[in-house]
Amino acid sequence: MELYELTAHELSDLIKDKKASAVEITESLLNRIEETENKVESYLTVCKEEALAKAKEVQARIDKGEAKSPLAGIPMALKDNMCTEGIATTCGSKMLENFIPPYSATVVKKLAEEDAILLGKLNMDEFAMGGSNENSYFKKTKNPWDLERVPGGSSGGSAASVASGQAVFSLGSDTGGSIRQPAAFCGVVGMKPTYGTVSRFGLVAFASSLDQIGPLTKDVTDCALVLNAITGHDKMDSTSADIQYPDYTKALLNDVKGMKIGYPKEYLGKGISEDVKKAVLDAIDTYKSLGAECEEFSLPITEYAIPAYYLIACAEASSNLARYDGIKYGYRAAKYTDLLDLYKQTRSEGFGAEVKRRIMLGTYALSSGYYDAYYKKALQVRTIIKQEFDKAFSKYDFIIGPTTPTTAFKLGEKTANPLEMYLEDIYTVSVNIAGLPGLVVPCGKDSKGLPIGLQLIGKPFDESTLLRAGYTFEQNTEYHKMRPQI
Amino acid sequence: MEYEVVIGLEVHAELSTKSKIYCSCTTEFGGEENTHCCPICTGMPGVLPVLNKNVVEYAVKAGLATNCTIAEFSKQDRKNYFYPDLPKAYQTSQYDLPLCKEGYIDIEVEGEKKRIGITRIHIEEDAGKLMHDEWETGTLVDYNRCGVPLIEIVSEPDIRSAEEAKAYVENLKAILEYIEVSDCKMQEGSLRADVNLSVRPKGQKEFGTRTEMKNLNSFRSIVRAVEAETQRQINEIESGGVVVQETRRWDDNKGVSYAMRSKEEAHDYRYFPEPDLVPIVLEKEWIEKVKEALPELPDARRKRYIAEFGLPEYDAGILTSSKRLADFFEEAVSKNSNTKAVSNWIMGDLMRILKEKNLEVDQIPFPAEYLANLIGLIDKGTISGTIAKKVFEKMFDSGKDPQVIVKEEGLEVVSDEGALVEVVKKILESNPQSVADYKSGKEKAFGFLVGQAMKETRGKANPQLINKILKEELEK
Amino acid sequence: MKVTKETIEHVANLARLNLTEQEKEKLTTEMEDIISYVDKLNELDTSGVSPTAHVIPIKNVFREDEAKASYDREKILANAPSTENGCFKVPKVVE
Repeated sequence: MELYELTAHELSDLIKDKKASAVEITESLLNRIEETENKVESYLTVCKEEALAKAKEVQARIDKGEAKSPLAGIPMALKDNMCTEGIATTCGSKMLENFIPPYSATVVKKLAEEDAILLGKLNMDEFAMGGSNENSYFKKTKNPWDLERVPGGSSGGSAASVASGQAVFSLGSDTGGSIRQPAAFCGVVGMKPTYGTVSRFGLVAFASSLDQIGPLTKDVTDCALVLNAITGHDKMDSTSADIQYPDYTKALLNDVKGMKIGYPKEYLGKGISEDVKKAVLDAIDTYKSLGAECEEFSLPITEYAIPAYYLIACAEASSNLARYDGIKYGYRAAKYTDLLDLYKQTRSEGFGAEVKRRIMLGTYALSSGYYDAYYKKALQVRTIIKQEFDKAFSKYDFIIGPTTPTTAFKLGEKTANPLEMYLEDIYTVSVNIAGLPGLVVPCGKDSKGLPIGLQLIGKPFDESTLLRAGYTFEQNTEYHKMRPQI
Repeated sequence: MEYEVVIGLEVHAELSTKSKIYCSCTTEFGGEENTHCCPICTGMPGVLPVLNKNVVEYAVKAGLATNCTIAEFSKQDRKNYFYPDLPKAYQTSQYDLPLCKEGYIDIEVEGEKKRIGITRIHIEEDAGKLMHDEWETGTLVDYNRCGVPLIEIVSEPDIRSAEEAKAYVENLKAILEYIEVSDCKMQEGSLRADVNLSVRPKGQKEFGTRTEMKNLNSFRSIVRAVEAETQRQINEIESGGVVVQETRRWDDNKGVSYAMRSKEEAHDYRYFPEPDLVPIVLEKEWIEKVKEALPELPDARRKRYIAEFGLPEYDAGILTSSKRLADFFEEAVSKNSNTKAVSNWIMGDLMRILKEKNLEVDQIPFPAEYLANLIGLIDKGTISGTIAKKVFEKMFDSGKDPQVIVKEEGLEVVSDEGALVEVVKKILESNPQSVADYKSGKEKAFGFLVGQAMKETRGKANPQLINKILKEELEK
Repeated sequence: MKVTKETIEHVANLARLNLTEQEKEKLTTEMEDIISYVDKLNELDTSGVSPTAHVIPIKNVFREDEAKASYDREKILANAPSTENGCFKVPKVVE
């Protein structure tokens, strides 16, 4: 086995036992990137020299017994919408092609404090809008399981890099499924934590009330390790939850006996592919066989989640993306007649089609005369969605279901009809609207050999139950050991 | 036809907090361009706001001091529009749930008291500053003021004249100064007003179409803008035209206003709740505590001056119109109990010199104690009133204690009777005609002779003594 | 909900976007599709339901009023497309 194939906790053990150094591990990852990047195209920036220098420095401190974090010396990469001081942060957009932040996001600082090694910045759909990475201005990341297919999105680079051994773990961001859907498509573990659990300070905003940073890892144990590093109250983020954060590794128990699990019938209804449905039902059987009680229930609001989601997300985005005006940073059009034209030319040339479409929809929903009919209505539906989940959680410890209706689709297959693309998010958006944690673990392959992801949805701030259930699933199945051949 | 003007004011006051509303940059005025800035107040990608605690407290104080109801649940909203002075392309403000609402303040114009309603007070952030560059090739943007906390105080359309508008802003300014939430320096733009104005035929109930004039930053410009806009609207109507609802810019140099060009999109600000900030929920007990800790307000102080110092209502009103002036008065009174004299000096010479030198009260170059000393010198007969006025001028030049000035320049009253007899004799010798006039019963001539004697001694002679000696000499 | 070209032009202006005729036509159809779809929400009776702006119950998050050092001006201006005399530069603003 090569070092790049291992998980963070396996590598951490090797480091502890002095069987591998942070430098050797980092070199292994950098070589893997070099070998596979022309096929997978996960990275927008690779920080080779900085990573090696940091690995040397960290190893020296590990040798002195100073760097004790389980993530010390572990090479990782970040979605390119997290600000890194001195390193380009593009959001996959022409608008920010040359933007070099003067500050670092809170998560970036936290990982640095843990002595994790930053390998580089990962490709994404422009401003995290999309589900295939085809909306990146720079490149189209491929699914490592089938290079003709998409890795999912918007954290496509984050999922593809971990799946192909180009990063031990990565961070993504999830506004409507952007961690979970690519994790499912690429066969890795992905967690969207409860809203407010991971600081958003330094995460370039898409939809402020929905965005949340989370880890993409090779197994559930790594997920818990990374959560331990990145969660916590942050004074720089007013929406950060000031609570007692648990040690997530304590949740890693192989035991679901007596747990009550609900699965919404709306998540296994029309539109879902047979392969995905079968894999989810098999997973439910696995839980039953391990002593959990599984029960079907109804979440009738599901069909209204997508319209509510797109209204809220686009309205917030239209305001969040207004600052890209060619004045303070980023792209400025070469030709313009006056100030108004500078704004319009810059934004028309700097943003891609999907971003413009969502800005248009959001601006429309907030404009005079439409606010009550659209934005306010969506916020009311949000209340109902939250109430339906509350009701479900009064009966169940967690909810289980598919992540996506299908497995990874082909590049170009769904670019023609934006609405159709939006409908793909049916199983993921509710979790963001209600602010809940969602964990995706691999649970099988379809007939084409493409991975399928099982989604576990938890009560607010109850990541631990999801980790425990995910860990138990892993201990009793082999899906998390699947690796693509590139 | 006779017209009535209807005015509502939106007053913006910068709060005197140490740091900005959503970040830790200083609110200090001035500084090199873009040096009081950070990623948060310049709206860089990924940044988030965190509300300054004192902004809430200061705004609540302003609300309580203007008789507002304080909201127990309040939130912040985004007001979206593109302009180079607004780096996020939205201003964080408050839309439907402001911190304070439904208050009032009382004003008095030409002896008539009137109550002006306050619709609401909300918190928001200030914008940056635009400057034309030397070559006029473009506009330069400085974000130092960007994110300085503001309160916007919106009045009901209760104001009916330029004088009322002025009195309202004066009273509001005094209140904000008294409670120390804003330094209200109009010349630095920390207090400025938008004027909403319409006219209607006298007796008509419905309002006319209104216009808005933005950012008036002196009392003079408020008065002139109101007068000019009133006349412009009346002329428009009289000549058969209609008033157009629009935003106008007042040019104080030219004394005219212009319709602003940037009106095309009819202000669709697309307000929505700011998702990066959480609700403000205030407990009744906390609001009560803030209320109890409020200092004495202008109205209460005015009443106290009348009762405690026996000042006429007019004088008490002037003295309490500015906190700094009232503090100056009280400081002087604490050192010299001749309240009437202190009041007269402040209302007379002090105010006159401030106006001549274009100074604010806090720019008086000497402490209030020196004014008390000056009055002490007069009361003790050390200097005459005429000399005192000169000494007062010198105090403004040098900032010195009047006792020192009088000593250094030898201005003490001459009370040496022998010396003054010589002076009087000399005056009588050189003014035989006046002596003759006096003796023939013309009392006026006596005054002239006193004046001559005072002039001879350059005002230093003790006037009572001069009177006495002169009488004695003339009787001889 | 019928979306007209005029609506698209109005919204594009609010959002400061220039659209080509082709883009306008495409967006008119797409927006109409999407808006017809989101109009589905009208099937739900939401009278009396309070809107949820924040999904987790957080209130009163404040910073102490302390002034700290600002950033160096070079860092603030470093990413700007055009600067002059320590300021961001834009085409002449006409009020």
